[in-house]
Amino acid sequence: MTTATIPPATLHHGHRVLMKGNEAMAEAAIRAGCDAYFGYPITPQAELLEWMARRMPEEGRPFVQAESELGAINMALGAAATGARVLVSSSSPGISLMAEAMSYMAGAEIPMVLVNVMRGGPGLGGIGPSQADYFQATKGHGHGDYRVPVLAPSSIGEAMALMADAFELAERYRTPVFILADGTLGQAMEPVELHFREPARAADGWSVSGADGRQPRVVKSMHLEPEDLEQHNLHLQAKFAEISAREVRWAGENLEGADLVIVAYGTAARVARTAIARARAEGLRAGLFRPITLWPFPSAALAEVAARARGLLTVELSAGQMVEDVRLAVEGRTPVAFEGRTGGMIPTPGEVVDALRRLHDATTAQPAGATMEVRP
Amino acid sequence: MTTVAPAGARIIFDRPELLVDRSTHYCPGCGHGVVHRLIAEVLGELGLGSRTIAVAPVGCAVFAYDYIGVDFVEAPHGRAPAVATGIRRVRPDAFVLTYQGDGDLAAIGTAEIIHAAGRGELLTAVFVNNGIYGMTGGQMAPTTLLGQRSTSSPGGREAAFHGYPIPMTEMLAIMPGVAYAARGSVADAPAIGRTKQYLRRACEVQLEGRGFAIVEVISNCPVGWGMTPTESIERLRDVVAKQYRPGVIVDRTREG
Repeated sequence: MTTATIPPATLHHGHRVLMKGNEAMAEAAIRAGCDAYFGYPITPQAELLEWMARRMPEEGRPFVQAESELGAINMALGAAATGARVLVSSSSPGISLMAEAMSYMAGAEIPMVLVNVMRGGPGLGGIGPSQADYFQATKGHGHGDYRVPVLAPSSIGEAMALMADAFELAERYRTPVFILADGTLGQAMEPVELHFREPARAADGWSVSGADGRQPRVVKSMHLEPEDLEQHNLHLQAKFAEISAREVRWAGENLEGADLVIVAYGTAARVARTAIARARAEGLRAGLFRPITLWPFPSAALAEVAARARGLLTVELSAGQMVEDVRLAVEGRTPVAFEGRTGGMIPTPGEVVDALRRLHDATTAQPAGATMEVRP
Repeated sequence: MTTVAPAGARIIFDRPELLVDRSTHYCPGCGHGVVHRLIAEVLGELGLGSRTIAVAPVGCAVFAYDYIGVDFVEAPHGRAPAVATGIRRVRPDAFVLTYQGDGDLAAIGTAEIIHAAGRGELLTAVFVNNGIYGMTGGQMAPTTLLGQRSTSSPGGREAAFHGYPIPMTEMLAIMPGVAYAARGSVADAPAIGRTKQYLRRACEVQLEGRGFAIVEVISNCPVGWGMTPTESIERLRDVVAKQYRPGVIVDRTREG
């Protein structure tokens, strides 16, 4: 069952409704002023496209089901190059196809929001929830030296709120922005407090609209002269540095006095929360560090939290991807363990509690602060 | 027009206002410059300069934005029709033009051009077919003629080994979303004159909201073909135009 029959006029900011993640993200984008949507069917994000297919025409806004993810993302590139607020969504294999245009958009500084409702890979993989696209989202999708902000909601309500924030970031920094969700967030229904916000639009001064009364503009990523391209890259790097300095987001729970800290985002953070409650009932002092921006990664904040802890446990729906950034953040000063499942499997709270116990035992056998490596 | 005529004189030929006054990067004898000029003339004559958003391809013509004085978006290789679709959908008042070569349109971008045409997008597509990958050094293209030598078909294109040339414009023309499809040539002045008429009509078709319009222009690549400019023009006229025949391929605006 889906919520597709809910009349949108009954959806009001602040109301609490039972809603499916994919549909909630779609409606949040519409209320955030999304001017155009382009997509291609893929599980587990198809309801997002279906919601847009019904709602965008109701709003008098363009919706195109493209011939492929290549088609969809390049339609988005064209629409966004005119200054339109554009959303594209897909799931893992589709995101791989979109990687080319992501690189072009990063190079040409075209804002856009792209939702990845991650499923298990590699290859065609499966359709269960996964976080195996962390590397893809945070370390680059296409070619070239670039980064894009990656926002990771861990509830449907947070996904709605981050949609407006994503458009705002995209336009403020003229960059594509990822919302990295997973199959659980896309497919689950949960009671959600509706969060709608339409960010203000800034006069852009760069987009194409027809050279009426001004010099022609070109939106492009090509700089054939090495000197020019290096200057362009320096400009991009300065922008990435500014984003890194200003846009880091994370949330902490039970970190006061915590000597075991789970680092997890998205659905993995939900599992971690349950595990932490059980572990604390057993007397383990466990807390949660939840990155909300995966790039920029909250390295400094994590290092600070880690300095007060005996050990960190990274929990992911992957074979271990974010854990590399966790290790980089603590630079070997705090033991880092990992617990994860792949292929659409989700670690159970029991498995995470077991991992916390192992970490506790391993770290209390040695003096706190000793450098050691803990692996499962 | 930009030239001021002395008293008693009359200007009969001049640079169109939308053709930027700079030398191009194109090789001597290349046909792209002629096609650029025709586009600048037609856009100017139809008064479209201030509302045109054009899409540049990957290939020799990527720098079209340096020479034609309208707003441009640079597309990834082959994706110009998808990029143009996005522009069209959010900018209904814009005039949207794509410019692609044969590697871009007939190889890597086949899905995008076929589906844009299939949707009947209100776009004007200019397809410059010189039968070779010019920018990367003269490799075989989908449109390379049988027997034609290239750096990746050094013994000449063989059907059994390389497959047959793809007649893109005829393929597109069978779809109902395509309102107008024609093939011009830059081989000589009469052919260039007819090509301009095709381009003008393809622009009008978009303005009239009739559907997708495409003009293929068969052109020469002296360097890629290993010929002098004059030899390449002779080959274009005597060999290429016999295989890719110029003329109007479909005009659904005149049906029923």
